[in-house]
Amino acid sequence: MANFAYFPHTDEDIRQMLERIGVSSLDDLYSDVPETVKHNGDYDLPDAMSEDEVREYFEKLDKKDEKLKVFVGQGAYDHYAPSVVPYITSRSEFLTAYTPYQAEISQGTLRYIFEYQSMICALTGMDVSNASMYDGPTAAAEAVKMAPACTKHKTRVLISETLLPNVIKVIETYAKYHGIELGYIPVMDGHTSPHHMRAELSKGDVAGVVVPSVNRYGIIEDLTGFAEAIHEEGGIFIEYCDPSALAVLRTPGEWGADIAVGDGQSLGIPLSFGGPYVGFMACKNGYVRKMPGRIVGETVDSEGRRCFCLTLQAREQHIRREKATSNICSNESLMALYVTVYLSIMGPQGMKEVNDQSYAASHYLHDELLKTGKFEEVFTQPFLKEFVLKPLIPVEKLQMKLLDGGFFAGLETEEGYVTFCATERRTKAEIDELVKLVKEA
Amino acid sequence: MKYYDKLIFELSKEGRIGYSLRKNGWTASTDSIPAGLRRPVPAALPQVSEVDVVRHYTNLSQMNFGVDTGFYPLGSCTMKYNPKINEEIAGMKGFQSLHPLQPASTVQGALQVYYEMDKSLAELTGMAHFTFNPCAGAHGELTGLMIMRQYHLLRGDLKRTKVIVPDSAHGTNPASAAVCGLDVVVVKSNADGLVDVEDLKPLLGDDVAGIMMTNPNTLGLFEKEILEIAELVHGCGGLLYYDGANMNPLLGVARPGDMGFDILHLNLHKSFSTPHGGGGPGSGPVGVCEKLVPYLPVPRVVKTSAGSFAVIGRAGAGKSNAAKNAEGCSESAGEVSGFLGNFLVILRAYAYILMIGKQNVKLLGKLASLNANYVKEILKDSYKLPIPSVCKHEFVFDGLIDDGASKASDGKGATTLDVAKRLLDYGFHAPTIYFPLLFHQALMIEPTETESKETLDDFIDVMKKIAVEAAETPDLLKTAPHNTPISRPDEVRAARHTILKYQDEETNPN
Repeated sequence: MANFAYFPHTDEDIRQMLERIGVSSLDDLYSDVPETVKHNGDYDLPDAMSEDEVREYFEKLDKKDEKLKVFVGQGAYDHYAPSVVPYITSRSEFLTAYTPYQAEISQGTLRYIFEYQSMICALTGMDVSNASMYDGPTAAAEAVKMAPACTKHKTRVLISETLLPNVIKVIETYAKYHGIELGYIPVMDGHTSPHHMRAELSKGDVAGVVVPSVNRYGIIEDLTGFAEAIHEEGGIFIEYCDPSALAVLRTPGEWGADIAVGDGQSLGIPLSFGGPYVGFMACKNGYVRKMPGRIVGETVDSEGRRCFCLTLQAREQHIRREKATSNICSNESLMALYVTVYLSIMGPQGMKEVNDQSYAASHYLHDELLKTGKFEEVFTQPFLKEFVLKPLIPVEKLQMKLLDGGFFAGLETEEGYVTFCATERRTKAEIDELVKLVKEA
Repeated sequence: MKYYDKLIFELSKEGRIGYSLRKNGWTASTDSIPAGLRRPVPAALPQVSEVDVVRHYTNLSQMNFGVDTGFYPLGSCTMKYNPKINEEIAGMKGFQSLHPLQPASTVQGALQVYYEMDKSLAELTGMAHFTFNPCAGAHGELTGLMIMRQYHLLRGDLKRTKVIVPDSAHGTNPASAAVCGLDVVVVKSNADGLVDVEDLKPLLGDDVAGIMMTNPNTLGLFEKEILEIAELVHGCGGLLYYDGANMNPLLGVARPGDMGFDILHLNLHKSFSTPHGGGGPGSGPVGVCEKLVPYLPVPRVVKTSAGSFAVIGRAGAGKSNAAKNAEGCSESAGEVSGFLGNFLVILRAYAYILMIGKQNVKLLGKLASLNANYVKEILKDSYKLPIPSVCKHEFVFDGLIDDGASKASDGKGATTLDVAKRLLDYGFHAPTIYFPLLFHQALMIEPTETESKETLDDFIDVMKKIAVEAAETPDLLKTAPHNTPISRPDEVRAARHTILKYQDEETNPN
């Protein structure tokens, strides 16, 4: 009967097992399923393939995708991942493990999550990090959900319109169904407008404010005075960050933020058409019991040896059910390992170099593009590795030209700008080639 | 497995590096950024060499148990074997290098994977279409409930704020409902472990958004009155949500869509063989019946009339493309994640489905149920079986028949926790314990179809041996495990005296 690589049963096994159970056929195990809902006959699925055929099938699909030189960011960055990252993360002891509820046989997972939490705290300047979340936008939405829970009698959350579009959209979805009213802080000169924020805060109902560290235009926001203004009105300050950039930028801790969230993709995770990535969330000590997701803590075993286990679980769904801080159960544990191994390999010096090279490459690109006369500058504020320009030629024509040349660059934004990004992987030769194509467009 | 006690930070030495980056010859640097926007001191990251990193994480990995190490009898988690061809496909450099915002014309292969996965899962479950945007099962539940609410909201049916959840449900069900702004109403189980239809009837009314059910439920029992339940819930205007955590035994046998379910999520990391990764990444696609398709989240992959694949409802679509991007999305429940979900997990699951094909799917669920019933029938002489019916893929014991209380040094018998910990000594993972909440000593076992009779026989022998140890030398269980890299951690201390990062060790020493 069974003759398939993933089913180890021989006909004789099945016969013996049915006999031991005391039924005469496999169908007898489903006698309680009403006949009318049974699916008799074939499923409309492809014929079963061999491994070799499966490989061939995906190789054909892969050929339909174009491998482009990536000059766009917008929440997904083409940074270099050292070969040790995929090497370690594909070890089956990490890959095929379950959630580390059984600490005695999960010290590998628990230890790297503890290291991950430590590194996220080091980058953000926060006190506590959780064990990871799905992605940046959902981490931001969870932080928005925390705000009313962390403040008294405040119901509204303000979000900056300089946040990435998908971060705003996911926050809006969660807020709509969870019942949180949102307010918007408009853009002023490429920045979150402090003036508008203060006006909204003065209404007295603001539980929290979400502002990016580096925003959708690539601009590094100057958040001087934000924490004071928000705290004065009793709200909490949530900062959305690119953690790679935090290796050189002023940290959420230094800006006085209460919660830092963002996407860890920029730390060694391949672009992978959007996932899996990893969200991070870190906060000040005072908010840890309102934080969603798993947390790993250090303790000792019964013989006094240092060890690690999941802790503060009374916040979580498997204990508290509808009273939990969140419904989150699975996190993105393996992706947290990508981040941990990446940061271990890169260290403080490597992270500085990644940012320096991205800064240099993107600024060179920015200046060269302006020289073509096909764009106008929109903002003049400091940016890190990503920027927008106003196109003076039809966007479609520009994009086609670049795509034909093998570049994904100059993606049009909601505002009608075009966005560019250059990481340390982009060489001067590539940039010169891109600029040459722009001149011809 | 052996104990290894280092943290990567403890291997750090000032000035040591482990990276190698291309030298592009740039002269500009982030030092030109105004000082007020820069961090004054570098982050306290480890400074280690490449070999340090490789040895450290290899050592850590050797303190971990995984599916490739041994058997997981873990209820409701479907820890089946993770085929290696899946990893090979997910590891293909081409797929890994695609940016999520690349124009559709440049990612036709990736979009075809979404399209074909949609068709395959729709066929396997009897639903119309799926979204792949949710990143895990609980995320799928939340998404499904958002769709449920959106359906009622757009009909102007604003009173429907209650969702009915059985007392045997997974903890994520009520938690997802609460996050979605719904009030949870619990329906009781009857003596057979099934939803009590008489208890359900009075809960139904025009304030009910829907019911969340797991079928087979968390006791591994098929809810055989499902057709009547569906009629009752639909009759009061509510929708039926199917928690797909237990879909495995129904693969190849029956489809939730044919039972009257309107919305469901699947866990690709359970029924569709993708690895758990130590707690993620998973993938929780949500399928809906035809009338709910307009409410699916965005962005979505669609097939155009020209036969190519497109993405609609992208956040932040360019100004000149905005109208076209929004077409057909006005009723959507919204965005639930950054892009189109966990693509590499979806790839793995699709590789699995192609290996399974229409031929092997017919045996998939049945072999899972065969394995569970086989283990149950033999072990019920040593462990209390509260509900004796034929089970599906899993079943629940309520502790030991003889817990050895009279022989224990403190007069207290061995518990389910002790049995679980003793199993670790014998090289097995523990079952799911103390869930479902219907029993005090719940011990939930799910063997999955990828385990052989020999593996099950070994597990059965060990479980019997542990039952004998419990009766004769209960203290042996209560101090277990004895053969693992560490013994039981002090969880109370971890919670009271919190050390949640390396830097805390100095300020908050043990």
